[in-house]
Amino acid sequence: MSALATSTAWSQVPSLLLPALGQTAAMVGIVMSIVVALGLPLGVLIFNTSPRGLAPHQGLHAVVSWIANLGRSLPFLVLMATVIPLTQLVVGTTIGIKAAIIPMSLAGIPFFARLVENAIREIPPARLDVGIASGASRLQTIRRIQLTEALPGIVAGLALNIIAMIEYSAIAGAIGAGGLGYLAVNYGYEQFDSHIMISCIVLLVVIVQVVQFTGDRLVRSLIH
Amino acid sequence: MIEISALTKRYGSLTVLDGIDFSVRRGEIAAVVGPSGAGKSTLARCINLLERPSSGSILVDGRDLTALSRSQLRVARREIGTVFQSAGLLARLTAAENVALPLRFFDIPHRERVRRVGELLERVGMRHRANHYPAQLSGGQQQRVGLARGLVLGPSVLLADEPTSGLDPGSTASILELLSELRTELEVAVVLITHEMDVVRTVADTVAQLDHGKIVERGAVAEVVSRSNSALSRALLPAPPAAAGAGAETWQVRYEGTRVDPRWLSAIGRELGADVALLSGLIETVGGQTAGRATLRIETAAPDGEISAAFRRHGLHATRRADEQPAASGLAGAPDPLAAPADLDGAPAADPDGSPAAEPALVRSAA
Repeated sequence: MSALATSTAWSQVPSLLLPALGQTAAMVGIVMSIVVALGLPLGVLIFNTSPRGLAPHQGLHAVVSWIANLGRSLPFLVLMATVIPLTQLVVGTTIGIKAAIIPMSLAGIPFFARLVENAIREIPPARLDVGIASGASRLQTIRRIQLTEALPGIVAGLALNIIAMIEYSAIAGAIGAGGLGYLAVNYGYEQFDSHIMISCIVLLVVIVQVVQFTGDRLVRSLIH
Repeated sequence: MIEISALTKRYGSLTVLDGIDFSVRRGEIAAVVGPSGAGKSTLARCINLLERPSSGSILVDGRDLTALSRSQLRVARREIGTVFQSAGLLARLTAAENVALPLRFFDIPHRERVRRVGELLERVGMRHRANHYPAQLSGGQQQRVGLARGLVLGPSVLLADEPTSGLDPGSTASILELLSELRTELEVAVVLITHEMDVVRTVADTVAQLDHGKIVERGAVAEVVSRSNSALSRALLPAPPAAAGAGAETWQVRYEGTRVDPRWLSAIGRELGADVALLSGLIETVGGQTAGRATLRIETAAPDGEISAAFRRHGLHATRRADEQPAASGLAGAPDPLAAPADLDGAPAADPDGSPAAEPALVRSAA
């Protein structure tokens, strides 16, 4: 192998990089849809079972809060190894993109839920009261007051979450999930392919910057 | 109208509201005042049913809101509009969208919504700002929008919770004027929670003072103001501080009658044959009546009884009040402990600028 320690020709780099970029985008995209679909309601539930919420419930709050903490307390690599049986059960394989989606979602959902909860908690109490006092149902209050007012905070959280998922997708490269992380580890690290390594790093830096920049712009446009 | 009776709210062993009785007719503005921690905000939250009272009843147009189920309550809330402190507008909605919000909650059709919102924004003078976001509006403008939102469902009761706090005097005056006009036009019973006595004097018909969860004093504003030196009366119409050093010739005067000839000052000087100096005074029209307090210096040898009688003839109540600072040092050790509780009418128990303990004694020793 060491004899092959020459870097891929620059002209060949895109043909490796672009499919990897596509895989990363697919992984993050799928995971983020799951994360939003489940993390948003979980965050709303955590807030609304708290003493300041619409339906304070000490027991339920403790349970959902505990679940959200659990998902965030393990380092991603450890979480990924821990949930292998679950991954096998749900997607029928423990390697590849499909296998990466389970641990990534499990890490992303509680993270996003906390971000949503925090964003709602930032709303001044009087504004939360407006809904109930003017006759809104609980669902109307959640939709028209809580989520509407918290939207800038939620979008900021979304950018943060996407960046975390890009990072996790690179770690998931270790179980053969493909993507930029996989490319960087297999070509760049294992085969001393500095061209691939540099390209991956540059691309990841650019992606993260773009996501953050777009997120910030979006947040600004949502605040009036 | 709204009728609150025996309203009690407890949190565990802590009683925050203790048997509140209180009612407001349509077209009437009832102010609730009190120091912070007296239970004002809890009362407000009980009235718009953000908090369920522990016991007691809240009747709006004869219907007891405390007895309703959650879904019935939601509908009943249409009858109670709320104007929040600092307006409480949603930052991500325009003025028009904020006003439309309660209509959305009740699925009022779009066309009707637009009409109603337009009407109300027009009425509060904010139509030209309909598409502005709260951050683009001044505090006074925000509160106008808040008022429109509170009234958009056509409630019979409007709860205004510190609606002018944080506003500059000009905005405060215009919001109060608007509130006063709207309660007559829309025949709404207004519960006005405030800590600003100027607000009460300007706009309220009745006033109730809350302290430690109980109403300790109440009445029509005009009547309370002319009331014998009660704490609420003094708070509503405080005697402005007078120039110091007037000595034992200082008199405190209060408007008592409903019709006081404004020329009383020169008339009394003539009658007593004395020079009368006005040291400080506050005379205002409160609830359609003239009310006032003044501090005078009267240079005369006439006996106190004669002086008081002269004032009484003009519908005024007067008490001699020594200027505390120099007098206190001159009479060191003299105060008679028996004098303090005995002298009731004139001696203020806790005059804003007086030293409460020494004063009654001084009144006597000066007499």
